[in-house]
Amino acid sequence: MDPKRSREITEEVFEHLVELASLELDAGEAEYLRRELNGQLRAIAQLEAIDLPEGLPATSHGVPYTEQTSPALREDRIEPCPDAEEILRQAPEVQERHIVVPDIPVTELE
Amino acid sequence: MIPALCDLPAHELRRRLRRREISAAEVLDSTLARIAAVEGRPPTTAAYTSRPADLEKIHAYITLTEERARAQAQAVDRAFAAGDDPGPLAGVPLAVKDIFCVRGTPSTAGSRILETFVAPYTATPVARLEAAGALTIGKVNLDEFTFGSSNESSAFLPPPGNPWNPRRVPGGSSGGSAAAVAAGEATISLGTDTAGSIRQPASFCGVVGLKPTYGRVSRYGLIAFASSIDCPGPVTRDVTDAALVLGVIAGPDPRDATAAIIPVPDYLADLERGVSGLRIGLSPDYFRLKVPDAETAELREQPIASEIEAAVNKAAAVLADAGAEIVEGVPMPNTPFGIPAYFVISRVEAASNLHRYDGVKYGHRYSGPVTDLRELYRKSRGVGFGLQPKLRILMGMYVSAAQYEKAYYDRALRVRTLIRRDFEQAFDPAGPYRLDCLLAATTPTTAFEIGAVYGDSVLMQYADLLTVPANHAGIPALSVPAGHDAAGLPIGIQFLGADSSEAKLLRVARAFERETENEPWRALKPQVLLES
Repeated sequence: MDPKRSREITEEVFEHLVELASLELDAGEAEYLRRELNGQLRAIAQLEAIDLPEGLPATSHGVPYTEQTSPALREDRIEPCPDAEEILRQAPEVQERHIVVPDIPVTELE
Repeated sequence: MIPALCDLPAHELRRRLRRREISAAEVLDSTLARIAAVEGRPPTTAAYTSRPADLEKIHAYITLTEERARAQAQAVDRAFAAGDDPGPLAGVPLAVKDIFCVRGTPSTAGSRILETFVAPYTATPVARLEAAGALTIGKVNLDEFTFGSSNESSAFLPPPGNPWNPRRVPGGSSGGSAAAVAAGEATISLGTDTAGSIRQPASFCGVVGLKPTYGRVSRYGLIAFASSIDCPGPVTRDVTDAALVLGVIAGPDPRDATAAIIPVPDYLADLERGVSGLRIGLSPDYFRLKVPDAETAELREQPIASEIEAAVNKAAAVLADAGAEIVEGVPMPNTPFGIPAYFVISRVEAASNLHRYDGVKYGHRYSGPVTDLRELYRKSRGVGFGLQPKLRILMGMYVSAAQYEKAYYDRALRVRTLIRRDFEQAFDPAGPYRLDCLLAATTPTTAFEIGAVYGDSVLMQYADLLTVPANHAGIPALSVPAGHDAAGLPIGIQFLGADSSEAKLLRVARAFERETENEPWRALKPQVLLES
């Protein structure tokens, strides 16, 4: 895809994103969000005009970590939760220490 | 006039408590009395209609934890009475931004989706502050999930007001933190800075805000927004307190693999050493901004507010008189790309982090009938998230989609490299500039009116134009008050330094504070304190 081509989030693309994001929106929200997304995309378009030198690496963390400054990963060790009930109490719907969910949609494979 | 205990900085409280001139209980009572005087009606998620009286008060606290603070104060007073040392922050009132989990408290992130969540554990930096003797007064308001620069996006309303003029925003996202500290509703606060969320509100409210180096302070127990950028840090009334708090919260943590193993220096040790011989830079790229036109996206050059520019230049002159060498014309050419790159990187990380809210394990769950689990997700998230989280999730999904990832996400990460290189060149001890720190305005404007910007997500993001480059680069940056504009609103300036140079930044900022301590603006008091 030509990175210089100006893009727009159409209603169709927007609906796909909403589905991917597991959101439900009313009409007013949808209109506001799509307008703002396209406004942000225009600001983001500046990135496309930057001349990036060949081989310029990506930076995933600003500050580089070295072997000395990176903590060693912890061993995989089971540590019992001191109060599992406290965690379970956070769940909105629980039955006999099981977290309850409605039917899980199933797609039959052909 | 004798200042109330709640208006004293932490280091002064510490001195008086240690001499047993005052008790922690008295400090707590003073703080609670101030809250009663200036706070106004508490922010809630109920349908909100603004009342005129709301624009006269602060509304900083989502949750007050008076009993917790009372028990902590009693423990501190008992320790002093027994001749024990209850810690470096003993008896100091603390407001925790409600993005940190604190065991047994509602930890809401300013969102309906976490309104009912009571944290079963405590974030590492909060645990360290409490272990150091701080009194946890409560949890303060913020933009929902920290997504904003004004606090107006919180699900808990009224939004916090700026103590200098409550019709104006306190900034954000750590707006409740900055407002509470400025108004004497807490002595110190723990905030977070992902694009400027500590420094921008500190600047708007006339207090000190420190964004530490990425990895300096553990993120364990911080409700995640953009994990590669989020930094917890202090909001305080002066530089010495920022040094004191950083010393308590910094350091490795076995529970956070990004908390770097770097020794924590005594940040107070060199604080008074002055700036003699230090090289402090000014960059034209922090005075003349490039902002995209809303329609055409063409970059327009726009200067920062003239009074703010004057404050930065005056600060440079003050530091030069104190012995610093001012280096002008330092190029930071990639500064304008901080916001566009942030629009991409932060949204991808936010979308990823916000997938966990599903209405099943904790938090808001849609209570009406649903046909299946997917509908439960959609309805719970549809009701639970406000507009700004929805916007960030959708943008994150879009720019990380397989067909766009190269053009957006990968490109943004490489632009981040360029931003980092600007700083590396400026601070390189063998380079042309050899700066000890860079001096710049914290914000392009002073605090704007409530309602003036909110809704325009692009304009709101540009409030972080001068703060976000430090976040991309991971470097530390410290905002301090530097005067007031003609409307009486505080102006902030920031010092930016190389990785792990917090001690030096604090030293420079302290020198500026000392050199300007007798200036008339230092004696000004926030409007809400004059009326209370």
